Amino acid sequence: MKIGIPKEIRPGERRVAATPDTVSRLLKLGFEVQVESHAGAGASFADADYVAIGATIAHGARELWAQNELILKVQPPEHNQELDVHEAELLREGGTLVSFIWPTKNAELVERLAARQATVLAMDQIPRITRAQKMDALSSMANIAGYRAVIEAASFYGRFFTGQMTAAGKVPPAKVLVIGAGVAGLAAIGAARSLGAIVRAFDTRAEVREQIQSMGAEFLEVAIKEDGAGSGGYAKTMSPEFIAAEMALFEKQAKDVDIIITTALVPGKAAPVLLTEEMVSSMRQGSVIVDLAAEAGGNCAVTRPGEVVTQHGVTVIGYVDLPSRLAPTASQLYGSNLTHLLADMGGAKSFHIDLEDAVVRGAIVLHAGKLVGPAPKSAPLHLPPTSPSKSVVAAAPEPPKVPASHPLRNAAFAVLALVLLGLLGSVAPKEFVSHLTVFVLACFVGWQVVWNVTPALHTPLMSVTNAISGIILVGGMLQISGPISSPVTLLSAAAVLLATINISGGFWVTTRMLRMFQR
Amino acid sequence: MPESLTTIAYLVAGVLFILSLAGLSTQKTARRGNGFGIAGMLLALGVTAGGHVHSYGALSVAIAVGSAIGALLALRVEMTSMPELVAVLHSFVGLAAVLVGIASYLGSNADTAHAEGVIHAVEVFVGVFVGALTFTGSVVAFGKLKGLVRSKPLLLPGRHLFNLLLLLVSVGLGARFLAAIGHDGLGSLLMMTGIAGLLGVHLVLAIGGADMPVVVSMLNSYSGWAAAAAGFMLENDLLIITGALVGSSGAILSYIMCRAMNRSFWSVIFGGFGAEEGAAPAKRAGNEPQGEVVSVTASETATLLRDAKQVVIVPGYGMAVAHAQYPVYEIASLLQKQGIKVRFAIHPVAGRLPGHMNVLLAEAKVPYDIVLEMEEINQDFPNTDVVLVIGANDIVNPGALSDTSSPIYGMPVLEVWKSKATIVMKRSMASGYAGVENPLFFLGNTQMLFGDAKKNVEAILTELRAAASPAAAE
Repeated sequence: MKIGIPKEIRPGERRVAATPDTVSRLLKLGFEVQVESHAGAGASFADADYVAIGATIAHGARELWAQNELILKVQPPEHNQELDVHEAELLREGGTLVSFIWPTKNAELVERLAARQATVLAMDQIPRITRAQKMDALSSMANIAGYRAVIEAASFYGRFFTGQMTAAGKVPPAKVLVIGAGVAGLAAIGAARSLGAIVRAFDTRAEVREQIQSMGAEFLEVAIKEDGAGSGGYAKTMSPEFIAAEMALFEKQAKDVDIIITTALVPGKAAPVLLTEEMVSSMRQGSVIVDLAAEAGGNCAVTRPGEVVTQHGVTVIGYVDLPSRLAPTASQLYGSNLTHLLADMGGAKSFHIDLEDAVVRGAIVLHAGKLVGPAPKSAPLHLPPTSPSKSVVAAAPEPPKVPASHPLRNAAFAVLALVLLGLLGSVAPKEFVSHLTVFVLACFVGWQVVWNVTPALHTPLMSVTNAISGIILVGGMLQISGPISSPVTLLSAAAVLLATINISGGFWVTTRMLRMFQR
Repeated sequence: MPESLTTIAYLVAGVLFILSLAGLSTQKTARRGNGFGIAGMLLALGVTAGGHVHSYGALSVAIAVGSAIGALLALRVEMTSMPELVAVLHSFVGLAAVLVGIASYLGSNADTAHAEGVIHAVEVFVGVFVGALTFTGSVVAFGKLKGLVRSKPLLLPGRHLFNLLLLLVSVGLGARFLAAIGHDGLGSLLMMTGIAGLLGVHLVLAIGGADMPVVVSMLNSYSGWAAAAAGFMLENDLLIITGALVGSSGAILSYIMCRAMNRSFWSVIFGGFGAEEGAAPAKRAGNEPQGEVVSVTASETATLLRDAKQVVIVPGYGMAVAHAQYPVYEIASLLQKQGIKVRFAIHPVAGRLPGHMNVLLAEAKVPYDIVLEMEEINQDFPNTDVVLVIGANDIVNPGALSDTSSPIYGMPVLEVWKSKATIVMKRSMASGYAGVENPLFFLGNTQMLFGDAKKNVEAILTELRAAASPAAAE
C-alpha cells in the first residue's frame, strides 16, 4: 500500500505529517512511502533524509496525490493557490485521507471529499480513551502548544523567570498563572516551573488538583464547591455563581501575577471570556498574556487571533499556530500518532476499516464517500487525561492493614492461656515444667533475634535454621545404643543419617550463599 | 562425662545457635554467624557422642553417609533451585522426627499409669504428628517447586471438613494410644502417622504457586516444632531450644510473607488463593483494565536506559526462571560506568522463597548495597527515569492499591508507575500467579518488551555495549 506525504500549503504551516523516523516505522509496517519534494523543509527535514531512510520523492503536488492511495496530512485540504485547484480534487477517486478535518466546521470540505468517494479519518475526532492515547494527536499538539506558550511568554517578558541572588542584588522570580489544566495547561505548568517561575493554576475540575500539584504548581480554589468535569476529559459550562466567584479570583490574581496563560475550552462552544479588559489593564506594565484559546475566540477580551497586541502595556499573544512553531517536534509526535493509528488498522498487509473498532468509529468521517455520522456516545469514558510527562494514577485509597487483633479477644486469650498453664502446673511433673520454661523462653529469644535479620538474608536464614534443626540428630544419637539389629537402633540410625544430611547440607549451602554477598 | 558438664555444653551450643541467627542481621556479620552455628553443632555432636553413645559403628556410618549426601546436595544446587533444596531439607527433619519419636516410644518402658508416662506418650504422639505432617507437606512442596506436581491449588469439595475429620481421627487414635498397655499402642501410632502424612499432602496441595514462600517458611517453622517436640520426649533442653528458635524463625518468616501479600496466615493455609474468591478473578465484569499496550524493542529500551539518570530494576521470579541475573548485572554495571544511578528493588514475596531474589543477585555479583527493600525504594520512584521490570507481575500491580474488588487489593506493591517510564519484560500478556489483570501494562508511561527475558536482556546488553565502545575509543 502506498502512502503519500504532501507538502502543507497553508501559509505559515511548518509541520509535516511524517518525519524520517516515522517514515522508517511506516516502512517497517509494510507501507511504501512517497514524500513531496520540500515537504519536510519547514520542520528541518531535507528530502535526502527521507530518501536515505527508504522513501521516494515526488516532484510536485499533483504527482504525489495521484500516485498514492493513502494520504497523510496535517491541515485539512484547502485550495492550492499555486495550482489553482482544491486539494480535495487532487485526491484519487476512492482514495483515503488521514489528517485534521474538523468536520463540523468544514462541512463544505466534507462534501467535496464525499464527491471523490473518499474514505476520511479525522485525527481531531480520535476518541479520548485509554487505548487511543498513543494516537491522540490533539493531546500531542496541546502538549507542544502549552510548552511553546511559555517560551513565547518568556521572549516577550522583559525579566527573568527564575529568581536570583546576584552580587548586584536580588531578582524576584516571575509569577505565572495557568488557567485550565488540561494537557496544554499541565505542559505550560511544567515548562514554567522548569524555567524557575512560581506557578499557580486554576481549573474547574476538582480531579486535576493532584495533577497540578504533581507538576509543582499551586492549585487555586474558589469557595464554591462545584465540579466542572464534563465528558471526555473536557470541562463543562459552570453555574453563574461559580463563574462570578471565578472572575473575582482572576481579578485578584491579575494584579499579582506577571504572566497569564489561558487554555480554557468547552467543546463545541466559543471559548469563555475569563479575562476582561479591566483585568488586563490592572496587570503590571510589561506583563504577558498567552491565549491558547485564541482560535475559539479567546479567553481574553483583548485577544486578536493570530496576532500579538499590546494594550495598557500588557502584551497579549494570540498565536493560533503554536505547534507549528515547534515544527520538528510537532511533526514527530503527530507522525507517531498517525503511525500508531495505521498499525492499529492492520499495517499495510491487512489494512482495513473496521467500523466496530471504537477508535476508527470515532475518527471516521467518510467511508467510501458515504457520510458516517458521529459515533454514538457510549458509556462515559472517564479516564485521566494524559499529562505531558507523567501519567497520573488516580489517587489510591490507603490500603487496608491486616486487621489489628481485638483487645478484648487478646485479653480472653491471655486469661485462657493462664488458666491452661495453671492446670498444667498442678498436674505436670517438675521436669516437664522446667523443659516448658526453657521452651517458652527460647521461643521469645528466637522471636526477638529473628526480627533483626535483614530481609536480604532470609534465604540464608532458612538454610541455617535448616542446618540447626538437624540438631534432632542428638535425639537419634541418644537412642542408637541398643543391639545393632534392634528396631530402635535401626530407626535411630536412619534418623541420624537424615539429620546429618540436613546439617551438612544446610551449613554448606549457607556458606556458599554468604560468600556471594559482596559489596 | 558428668551430667552437669554435658548440660553446660548444651547451654553453650544453644547460645552459639542464638548468636548464629543474630549474626544474620547484617551481611557483614552473617558469615561469622554461620561459623557460630557450625561450632555449636560440632560441640553438641561431640558432647553427645562422648556421653551417651555406645555403638559408634552404626553412628559413624550414618554420619559419614549423611554428611556426604548433604555436602553433595549443597555444592551442586543451583541458586535458582534453593527453594527446592530448602523444602527437601525440611522433609528430612520431619522424617527424622517421626523416626526418633517411634524409636523413643519403642525404647521407653511405656507406663501410662503415671503422669510422667502420660506426658511422655503425649509428647511422642505430638512429635510424630508434627514430624509426619512436615515430611509429606515438604515433599509435596518440593514437587510443586520442581514442577513435578501441578502448582495450581487442588480444591476438593468439603476440604475443610476433610481436614477436620483427619484431625479428629488423629485425636481419637491418640486416646487409644494413651489407653494402650506396654507397646500395644504402636498400631495407633503408625496409623496416626499415616493420617498426619495425608493431612500434610492435602494441606500443601490446596495452596497455589504464588503462596509458596509462605508454605516453605511455614514448613520451616513446623520442622522446628518437630525438633522441639523430640526434645520434650527425650528430655533434652538443647533440642527444645533449637527447635523453638527454628520454629519461631519460620513463624516470623511466614508472618512477613503474609503481611507482604496483605493476607492472613489462615487464608493462606486454608485459602486456595485466586480460585475460591470469585471463580474467575480475571473475568470480573466491568472492572477489567482495558486498552492497549505499547510494545518496544530491545534497542529502544537500550536507548531509554542510556538517556536515563536514575534506573531501578525490579526482578521477579521470571528473571530466575530465565537465568537472566548475570546479563542483568552486566547491564547495571555498564550503566553505572556511564554515571547512571542503578538500583535493584526487591519485593518481599518476589521469587519462591523469602530473600530468594537477593541470593540470585548476590550470585551474579550485584553489590548488596544497591539492592533495596520495598520500603526503602518506594518513595524514590517519582524521581526515577526508567524502571525495568523483569519477569514480575503481581508485585507491581497498581490495582492492589486502588481496585477494591481486586483479589490482591491491599497488598503492598512496588509503585513503579510513579516513575517517568516503565518497561515491563514479559513472556506474554498472561496474568500472574494471582490470576489478576495488571492495569500497569495499559498505562501511558508503560511499555512492554515481550519475549524470553534472557534473550531480551542480552539483546539490550549488546546494544549498550555497541553504544559504549565507540565512546570508549574516542
